[in-house]
Amino acid sequence: MAAGAAEHVSRTLADHLPILVVLAPFVAAPVAVVIGNRNAARTLAVLATVISLVASWLLLRQVVGGGYISYPIGGWPPPIGIEYRIDAANAFVLLLISAIGTVFLPYAFRSLDHEIPWRNHTLVYCCYLLCLSGLLGIVATGDGFNVFVFLEISSLSTYILVSQGCYRDKRALTAAYDYLIMGTIGAVFFVIGLGMLYMMTGTLNMADLADRIAAQGPNRTLLAAFAFIVVGVSLKVAIFPLHMWLPYAYSHAPSAVTVFLSATATKASIYVLLRFLFSVFQPEFVVATLTPQAVLLPLAIAAMVVMSFVAVFQTDLKRMLAYSSLAHVGYLLLGVALMNVDGLSATIIHLFNHGITKALLFMGAGALVLRVGSTFYDDIAGLGRSMPVMSAAMVIGGLSLVGVPGTAGFVSKWLLVQASFERGWTFAAVLVVASTLLTVVNMWRVFEVLYIRSPNPGSQRQSQPLTSAGGPAGRIADTTGDAPLMMLVPIWILAIACIWFGIDTGLTLGSAQVAAESLLSGSLGMADGAI
Amino acid sequence: MIDWQFIIDHANYWLFILLMMTGFYIVVSRGNLVKKVVGLNIFQVSVFMLYISIGKVSGGTAPILPVDLETEPGVVYSNPLPHVLILTAIVVGVATTALALALIVRIREEYGTIDEDGILAIEQAIVRGENVRHGDAMGDRA
Repeated sequence: MAAGAAEHVSRTLADHLPILVVLAPFVAAPVAVVIGNRNAARTLAVLATVISLVASWLLLRQVVGGGYISYPIGGWPPPIGIEYRIDAANAFVLLLISAIGTVFLPYAFRSLDHEIPWRNHTLVYCCYLLCLSGLLGIVATGDGFNVFVFLEISSLSTYILVSQGCYRDKRALTAAYDYLIMGTIGAVFFVIGLGMLYMMTGTLNMADLADRIAAQGPNRTLLAAFAFIVVGVSLKVAIFPLHMWLPYAYSHAPSAVTVFLSATATKASIYVLLRFLFSVFQPEFVVATLTPQAVLLPLAIAAMVVMSFVAVFQTDLKRMLAYSSLAHVGYLLLGVALMNVDGLSATIIHLFNHGITKALLFMGAGALVLRVGSTFYDDIAGLGRSMPVMSAAMVIGGLSLVGVPGTAGFVSKWLLVQASFERGWTFAAVLVVASTLLTVVNMWRVFEVLYIRSPNPGSQRQSQPLTSAGGPAGRIADTTGDAPLMMLVPIWILAIACIWFGIDTGLTLGSAQVAAESLLSGSLGMADGAI
Repeated sequence: MIDWQFIIDHANYWLFILLMMTGFYIVVSRGNLVKKVVGLNIFQVSVFMLYISIGKVSGGTAPILPVDLETEPGVVYSNPLPHVLILTAIVVGVATTALALALIVRIREEYGTIDEDGILAIEQAIVRGENVRHGDAMGDRA
């Protein structure tokens, strides 16, 4: 896109794909509220998510070979106008988020019916759409301040979604409040950092920022800006010492919401971290601050080992999975800390693989909630025998979480260990394996509870669907037999994906490597490289 | 040797730091949920101050073009972009405050208190109950 004279260029729909991804759910959200009908809101949610999925698939197809697409919003050429810039890294994350959204919706219909009163449903779907649009926007945009705006759009709707768990457990409210306080502090830190960058460079466009930061060389304001941005984003990612909001939010949120958040929200934040570490501040700048070795590596290792260890002592499946998510944030960070192509590829591929794996496991947990009303180990004991189809999928998810060969989790862990050896950090590779062994302990307990233990008649509570007023309805949900088909299909789609991406790594590994190489080579700047 | 001129010239940046730390301290130290939100507000407002200070150009006037669009050469304008950015941030701040207050109302309805210690005591009692019940049910291995 040449700067200067902005002559009118006629564009086809294909040229508008970068904005279409974000705009479809964004427009659908208010429309759903205006119509005010639950079924209309569902239909709109499906429609908008599928549009985003198709658009991000088409985008990934265009950039998977390298290069990027630059889209000036409103025709204002960057760096004056806001630019959306799609390359292999963000097209891949866009695909993950919209694909999880698509698979999650049919599951959510049934699960939300059960956990949230009907009168809230229209607004809940509206919040979901806003959250989706915010997450996609964070990933698609090439403008620093735009990241903040979308971060807040997605966060505010996430707080509401988490608080909806209060119909099952009132602790969802305090979890949402804690998340709000922590999330807002993180966002404000991020804005302070951006303000300092603007002070030094006079621009907000990421590529332009990169050019001007490189021209200036490190100075104290830039270092302060870097620190503020890294800490702010780390709060959103839930990096080890800043993670306390996450287990509460995940274990008390409605099951379907947890599925969506675990697979997308922290992943989008990790992407922001990558983008700022590698595309705005250049890799050389980051290495010079010692951040990867002195900050990210110890925190990553602490998260991997400590969080897996804490997970061993949980008595609740959902909370155990939440702690395990924190451990996996550690894996993702370790890949970043390695600062080599294999490490970064491992991070990007693990974003995807962990996203589908954790979504699958949380979906299983939600199906158990539908059946017995909780996910405490003694309540779900023996359910593997009465829900064989669902539990088999959970076993696949558990194996993928552990990283058994032939599943998606293996590919990323293997790559991570390989990258650690390549860097010469044998201890990191050993600790990855140690953390994996702890995961084995965790998942074995789940399998044991589901299959080997006999059902515990005393603690089996009957779960009842909520009426529009929020009270228990007269009819009791189908409390015997397997999970409903509307849940089984998404669960099995993800289970098959876990195996598929463990065997055929062409799509995931291919795009992850292209993305990692382009990230590590630093920003292309404002130079014309658009395709 | 203290450079007083430098300190006075950057008065608004010092105020930004002061407000930021005050707000942050209130968020961390206060137990009352509403007071925490007030602290969060001060914390956010400090950022507005930072951005608006960035936009100031010494001797600059309001960045408004005259009706006839003929600007005198030599007239300096303040940078309007930070103001625009901060308008967005103000809206975000209002939305966050509204949502936080709405959550506090719901917390008050469910817990009967908006004091952090009170809420923590109630939640710890719930967790202890769960741990005993579910821990016993799982045998010694929980």
